[in-house]
Amino acid sequence: MPDLIAALLISLLKAVLVVLGLLTTFAYMTLIERRLLGRMQIRHGPNRVGPMGLLQPAADAIKSIFKEDLTVTLADKLVYTLAPIVAIGMALTAFGGIPAGPAGSLFGENPWVYNLDAGILALLALTSMGVYGIFLGGWASGSKYPMLGALRSSAQMISYELGMGLSILGLLMLVGTTSFHGIVGWQAQNGVLILFQSLGFALFLISSFAETNRTPFDLPEAEQEIVAGYLTEYSAIKWALFQMAEYVNMITASAVMATLFLGGWKGPQFLNAVIPGVSDWPLVWLIAKIAFFLFLFIWVRATLPRLRYDQLMRFGWKLLLPLALANTVVTAAFLAFRGSGGLWFLGVLSLAGLLALLLMSDRVRVLWNRPTVRRPESEAVRAGGD
Amino acid sequence: MGVLEIAKGMGVTLGKLFQKPVTVSYPEQRATLQPRFRGRHVLTRHPGQRPGELGLEKCIGCSLCAAACPAYAIYVEAAENDPANPTAPGERYAKVYEINMLRCIFCGMCEEACPTGAVVMGNEFEMADYRAGDFVYAKEDMLVGVTGSLPQRREAARSGKPVRLGFQLEGPPRAELEGVKYP
Repeated sequence: MPDLIAALLISLLKAVLVVLGLLTTFAYMTLIERRLLGRMQIRHGPNRVGPMGLLQPAADAIKSIFKEDLTVTLADKLVYTLAPIVAIGMALTAFGGIPAGPAGSLFGENPWVYNLDAGILALLALTSMGVYGIFLGGWASGSKYPMLGALRSSAQMISYELGMGLSILGLLMLVGTTSFHGIVGWQAQNGVLILFQSLGFALFLISSFAETNRTPFDLPEAEQEIVAGYLTEYSAIKWALFQMAEYVNMITASAVMATLFLGGWKGPQFLNAVIPGVSDWPLVWLIAKIAFFLFLFIWVRATLPRLRYDQLMRFGWKLLLPLALANTVVTAAFLAFRGSGGLWFLGVLSLAGLLALLLMSDRVRVLWNRPTVRRPESEAVRAGGD
Repeated sequence: MGVLEIAKGMGVTLGKLFQKPVTVSYPEQRATLQPRFRGRHVLTRHPGQRPGELGLEKCIGCSLCAAACPAYAIYVEAAENDPANPTAPGERYAKVYEINMLRCIFCGMCEEACPTGAVVMGNEFEMADYRAGDFVYAKEDMLVGVTGSLPQRREAARSGKPVRLGFQLEGPPRAELEGVKYP
C-alpha cells in the first residue's frame, strides 16, 4: 500500500512538473515568437519589460489575470466557462504520455507521466477532444461570429484529423506498435522514421499546422472575416487559457513529430563515438527537437499568409487525404510483398510520394478549382454589372 | 511549382532574421527628421544691430495668421509700440500671441499668411503633457532661442539637465527659421 501511494505521489509530482514546464514554455514561447516575428520583419520585438523583454510574459500574465472578465448576457454561463478549461485540460493531458528519456533516467524515475500501449492513439484522441473546447466556446458565447468561427474550425480540425491519423498509419504498420517506447526503440535500431516515411512526415507536419490552428491554417481566428472567431467574446484569463491551449497543442505536436519521425528522446547514434552514452541523455534531445519544430511553426507564421476557407478544405480533402491513403496502401503493399527487401526501398517510394505531393500541390489546383457549373457568358456579364 | 515559391519566401524571412532591425528606438535614439517637417511654431526675430544683441520681433500683431488658421488655434492681441523702446518695427507688436497646440493641425497656413515671416513652423514635436491648459503656448514659449516644449523645459528644470530633443535634422534647419539651432 505505501508503495502505491508513493508511486501515486511521484506520478502527481511529475504531472505537476510537466504542467509547469509546459506553461512556462508557453509563456516564453509567446515572447520568443514575438521577438522572432519582429526580427523576421526587420524590427525589434517587445524589448521594454525587463532586460531584453524577458519579463514580458509575467506582465502579460498579470494583465490577463486582473483584466475584467466579461461574460456576454446571452452566453450559456456554464459551458462558456467550461470551454477554455476543456481546451487547456485536453492539451495538457496529451503531453504526459511522451517519453523524454530511457526508463528510470530521471532521478531513478521514468521520465514520462503515463505510459500507454496505445500511446499515439490516446494522444490523437486527447488532442481531438480539444475541438470541443473551440466548438463549445463558440457556441456558448451566444454571438454570431464566434458561432461561425467555431463551426468552421470544427470542420477544419475534423477534416485534418483524418489526414493526420491516416498519415501515420503507414508508420504504425511498419513499426508494429502504437506505444511511443516501441516507436522510439524501433528507430534506435533501424534509423529514424523520417527516412522511410518522408511523405507521411510531410503530411503529418501539414496536418499539425492545421490541427493547432497555426498559420497558414489559422482560419478560426481570421480577423478579416469573423472578427476573432470563437475567441471574440472571450476576455481576460479565459482568453489566455485558449491561447495557452493553442501553444501547448503546438508543443505537443512538436513532441509527437519528434518522437514519431526524428527518433524521439534518443540522440543520433554516431555521437556516441565522441561522448559515450550521449544519445541516451534524457530530456536534452527531445527538447532540442521540440525547439526545432517550434521554430518551424514561428518561421512559417512569419512567411505564409492565411488560406481561404475553400482552399483549406480542398487541400485537406482532395490532396492530403488521398496522399495519406496512398502512403498507407504503398506501405502496406511493401510490408506484404517485402520478402527480403531492405527498408531503403520504402524510403525511395516515400521520397517519390513526397515529390508527387510537391508537384501536385500546384498542378492539381487548376483541375479542382474549375467551377462545375458555368454560367453562359451573357448572364455572367449581366450579373457582374453595376 | 508552388512549393518552390513557399521555399523562396521562407528563405527571405530567414535571411531577414539576421538583418539589423531598421527600428529607431525612439526615446533612446533620436529620430531623424527632414528639415521641412512641420512641428511646433517658432516666432522669429530680426537680426540684432550688434552681434550678440537680440533683434526686434518680426511679429507686428496683424492677426493674419489667426485669420488664416483653419483650426482657430491662434489668438493675437496687438498693442502700440513704445517709440523709445520698440518691441517690433512699425507701429504695433503682439502683446499676446498664443497658439493652442491641441487645436493646431500643423498645416502651416499661418506661416504662409504671415506678411513679415514672423511665425515659422519649427521641427520640435514632443509636446505631450498632462493638462489641456498647458497646451496653450504663449509668446515666451515660442520665441527664437527657446529650446524644447513646455513639458520638456519643466522636466529639464526639475532634473537640472539641459533639454534633450528626441530628433535630429538631416542637414541644417530651413532658412526661414532664422537663428534657430537644434542640438
